Amino acid sequence: MVPSKFAYHKPTTIKDAIALLTAHGDDSKILSGGHSLVPVLKLRLNDPEHLIDVSGIESMGGIRDNEKSITIGANCTHSEIANNAALKEHAPMIALAASMIGDIQVRNFGTIGGSIAHADPAADWPAVLLAADANVIITSVDGNRTVDVDQFFKGLFMTAVGEEEIITAVSIPKTAFNKNSTYVKFPQPASRFALVGCAAAVANSDGYVTEARVAFSGVSATPFRDGNVEKSLKGNVLNEGSIATATASVADGVSVMSDHFAAENYRKHMAGVYARKALSALS
Amino acid sequence: MKVPVSITVNGKQYDKMVEPRMLLVYFLREELALTGTHIGCDTSSCGACTVHLDGKALKSCSMLAVQASGKSVTTIEGMANGDNLHPLQEGFHMEHGLQCGFCTPGMIMCAADMLKNNPNPTEEEIRHGLEGNFCRCTGYHNIVKSIQYAANKMQETA
Repeated sequence: MVPSKFAYHKPTTIKDAIALLTAHGDDSKILSGGHSLVPVLKLRLNDPEHLIDVSGIESMGGIRDNEKSITIGANCTHSEIANNAALKEHAPMIALAASMIGDIQVRNFGTIGGSIAHADPAADWPAVLLAADANVIITSVDGNRTVDVDQFFKGLFMTAVGEEEIITAVSIPKTAFNKNSTYVKFPQPASRFALVGCAAAVANSDGYVTEARVAFSGVSATPFRDGNVEKSLKGNVLNEGSIATATASVADGVSVMSDHFAAENYRKHMAGVYARKALSALS
Repeated sequence: MKVPVSITVNGKQYDKMVEPRMLLVYFLREELALTGTHIGCDTSSCGACTVHLDGKALKSCSMLAVQASGKSVTTIEGMANGDNLHPLQEGFHMEHGLQCGFCTPGMIMCAADMLKNNPNPTEEEIRHGLEGNFCRCTGYHNIVKSIQYAANKMQETA
């Protein structure tokens, strides 16, 4: 399979990349590692006339350990994130999820910015970023704006990124719940995409849950946090009993996906199973 | 419109004009006639097209040749040192790690990356590391043994 024809641009600054986006609008696409976009182009699900390769923009790379947050450049590969010491310490679910994406080859070149821009509902990033209370930094000719991840994923392959904007970084706050966090997934055996992915982050004080964040990939067309599970856990000791009560009806009121890999009722059931696995690992 | 690319493959620099939409695997196979890198699923699942880009395993069906410009590629043809097989090639030979051989170049290139980061992997780590490479003949038993053979040999000679 070969993509349709396009013109290729490789800017070295964000400013130049945005100028190209402004000039070409919706006839253009941003390319970073290409591990979401190139397969889409090969299937001709999209046929942009201009590809803007941002992989050479240095300011979009690297992981910065700040006082209150960790900033992950949009061009960081899953493998870089999986091996980052600051993330392993302050938000273990982020490093863990990165280590579970695809396979060695995909983790070597796929990037966090590219993956969340693509917004596949079965990707691993949405669940962990929602649980982490992450911010997405989006840049345009008007400068940077910060989008709370709760407002970022808008639906199947849809995000809050505008036509003339680029995702330049993702920021993870250093919080008690992120320090005590994990990610588990039920992968589709060939693609390793999540049939269910569950991220859980729990802060405790004196043994009682002060804040719980539980989010899912793969279950619904829009990744989501389950407020019922989170509320049920708050104020309780995280143990087998409180976990069983909280996860008795995971994804209630959510439109659960159904496909030839997993029917709706099976997927919903497995969401509960994986929520229990994730929370048990933190108890 | 064709654009210039400059890609070093197995230590030799190639300067070519290619269409931006040309995938790296086609560049290797059709422009350079390096047909050891195979096209299997063509959907980045099977790993038959695995090569190294700047030392890291890559599915070359999922990258454009222009993305690799200025970088260095190693293919299965670049693994042996003259007549001396790479320990992984020798391992697949000695442990009968292949039947039809279609997946073998990709298996070897993925395993080389795996052993670089983890020179002494457990059987479980090897099996997990191969999750992006499919064999449809034999199952993975002898492939795992081949990689263990290479890991041992590389540790002895290190």
